[in-house]
Amino acid sequence: MKRFRFSRKQLCIPYALFLICFVVLPLAVIVYYAFTDGSGRFTLENLLSFFTNGNTIGTLCYSAVIAVVVTAVCLLIAYPVAYILARSSLKRAPVLLMLFILPMWINFTLRITALKEILTVLEGNLSLHPFLNTVIGMTYDYLPFMILPLYTTLLQLDESLLEAAKDLGADPGAVFFRVTLPLSMPGIVSGITMTFLPAMTNYVILDMMYNSTYIMGSLIGSYFNIYDWHNGSMISLILFAVICIVSLLTGGEDQDDAKNRGAIL
Amino acid sequence: MEEKNIIELRNIKKVFDDTVVVEDFNLEVKKGEFVTFLGPSGCGKTTTLRMIAGFEFPTEGEILLNGEDISHLPPNLRPINTVFQRYALFPHMNVYDNVAFGLNLKHLPKSVINEKVKNVLEVVDLEGFEKRQISTLSGGQQQRIAIARAIVNEPDILLLDEPLGALDLKMRKEMQLELKSMHERLGITFIYVTHDQEEALTMSDKVVVMSDGMIQQIGTPEEIYNEPKNAFVADFIGESNIFEGKMAASMTVSFCGAEFPCVDNVPKDTRVDVVVRPEDVVITRPVDGQIRGVVDSAVFKGMYYEITAILPDENEVVIQTTRNVRPGEEIGMRIGPDEIHVMPAGVLMNVFDGTITKEGRAAFAGGEYECDLTQLFDGSVQNGPCSVVTEGGEEINLEGIEVTVEVSVKAVSMSDEQRDYRADGNIISFIYKGNHYNYTVRTATEEDFVLDEDDLWNEGDHVSLMIPKEQIILKRK
Repeated sequence: MKRFRFSRKQLCIPYALFLICFVVLPLAVIVYYAFTDGSGRFTLENLLSFFTNGNTIGTLCYSAVIAVVVTAVCLLIAYPVAYILARSSLKRAPVLLMLFILPMWINFTLRITALKEILTVLEGNLSLHPFLNTVIGMTYDYLPFMILPLYTTLLQLDESLLEAAKDLGADPGAVFFRVTLPLSMPGIVSGITMTFLPAMTNYVILDMMYNSTYIMGSLIGSYFNIYDWHNGSMISLILFAVICIVSLLTGGEDQDDAKNRGAIL
Repeated sequence: MEEKNIIELRNIKKVFDDTVVVEDFNLEVKKGEFVTFLGPSGCGKTTTLRMIAGFEFPTEGEILLNGEDISHLPPNLRPINTVFQRYALFPHMNVYDNVAFGLNLKHLPKSVINEKVKNVLEVVDLEGFEKRQISTLSGGQQQRIAIARAIVNEPDILLLDEPLGALDLKMRKEMQLELKSMHERLGITFIYVTHDQEEALTMSDKVVVMSDGMIQQIGTPEEIYNEPKNAFVADFIGESNIFEGKMAASMTVSFCGAEFPCVDNVPKDTRVDVVVRPEDVVITRPVDGQIRGVVDSAVFKGMYYEITAILPDENEVVIQTTRNVRPGEEIGMRIGPDEIHVMPAGVLMNVFDGTITKEGRAAFAGGEYECDLTQLFDGSVQNGPCSVVTEGGEEINLEGIEVTVEVSVKAVSMSDEQRDYRADGNIISFIYKGNHYNYTVRTATEEDFVLDEDDLWNEGDHVSLMIPKEQIILKRK
């Protein structure tokens, strides 16, 4: 009798089922809804209406601006932090890193509610600075995702390369721009991917900050709330396309650096 | 005309976290010299090199480059370039950009940079490699690029930190010769760090032998080999027989149970170490020898036989000879006066600062040992765990008093068992001296015990130290 043996193929079955149920099928449903109308007929109407409606285009641009600003602010804050934690001889560096990561362990809603209270105390009326509040909220939320990959990359940076640069006549500025920065690119790319993409779509933060402006996420939500699956799906699909393009632009060229990215996560 | 010193190190001392890594380092290097720092790992040679490069600053002392003090100048302002141990080539740049890195920083015109990079790649035999990525190069090629990247800047001094360590034997031999000829062609001063004595002797004009942060000897390769200054150098460079001896007269030394004429004028009765190279021992008929012994082993080594002979006093003599003698055969041995190197003896007595504990033990070097307290006051009698009564009848409590503790090298023995009160440490070095090993054990308190033992232990072994009560000599401070 042939004995039954597990092969790698069979071990893959649960994962394949999972992927089909939760990734492929939902995507197929979204694509189906996006290109059909209420009676189930194929149509490009949803696509056209997105690009002809000034509101939706405006929301897309606004979301992009917020995501870019949040990513830039995160990068500006996270790089020095990661650099200091990774390169200095601080004995307590892991503890400090932990402090930056710690907020991730607290429930997201709780964090934002707390932040909202603090901002209310500082600003009085939150609705006066919707853009600023959104940026603050998202920066607060996504900072750890920027710090971690940067920290990991900078930690792996070979000290002797920096010494070699100094030895060859580079002053501290030249060492940074010619060696440290180029060599930390994988971390930067990974940090950007992990911050920009969620910043593009997250609308819970805005919602909770009593923000009246719409971004992409809230736009989709508003269509779904009134059971307009077709337009909602189309917007989701467009957002999906935008994110794909951004991912290709930032991560496409260095596939083999994947191991350097966010290894800590 | 006296040539000027290109670089001078004066009384350099370097301390890392309370540990002295380099001490009392004085060196003068002339323009165009090939100087090698040679020593076992952890001897401070790389730290010294890094101080010359500017990656570390000396705790004390000064470094003069062409007469100017550069001790605290950052590396980018020193006309000195380094070839790193693991090359440290920039992985995000191709060969051309790596080599041109220093030139780009000087903002030289593009055409000049192109020309220089092309020339230097010819010097290292890698013409046409400009566009290659670093990761596609072999170890030997990376090595050459690292050298090219340094010498293209035309530094006053080129520092090389064990540059051949990562290469295989054949490649290493080739690169040794190539570096040597490169040095002659370029006329740049080379300072080279290695733990490989053969490499040092092959390439250098001047060798600086280091151990434990201190210079043991500076000299030409011939001087280092033929006239080692102490037992460490003799043991580290080439093979040697090291014996303990004593001067029988000013030009006669006594060791291995016989007296030998020698060329060193040392006062009578001085304790000395005697070094004899294996190839300098001549085998004779038993009746013609200055000493006699029985052949214990004879191993064919290609060019010669390596003979080990045992003397009546149990000393071992290693001999390299082309004569074939058989184990068990009795032979005579002669050593010419010129071949006997007499050196001051190493440590004979360990001296520590200590105190007396309330139990009456001597506490020193991280341990506590039973000792005879009556030594502290002539004619006294012990009347309590830590008190004595003097001749005059006065009772003295000794708790906490400071004493000098002396222990002979022969009195200390080692054990791998850890016990309360015993000092313990790691063996940091040892030398074979004819019929016993001479060990140095460093304790956790950074104090060194020197001791003689018959058995072979390994470097790095963790041992505890035993000292018999009667062998501890106490002196009041």
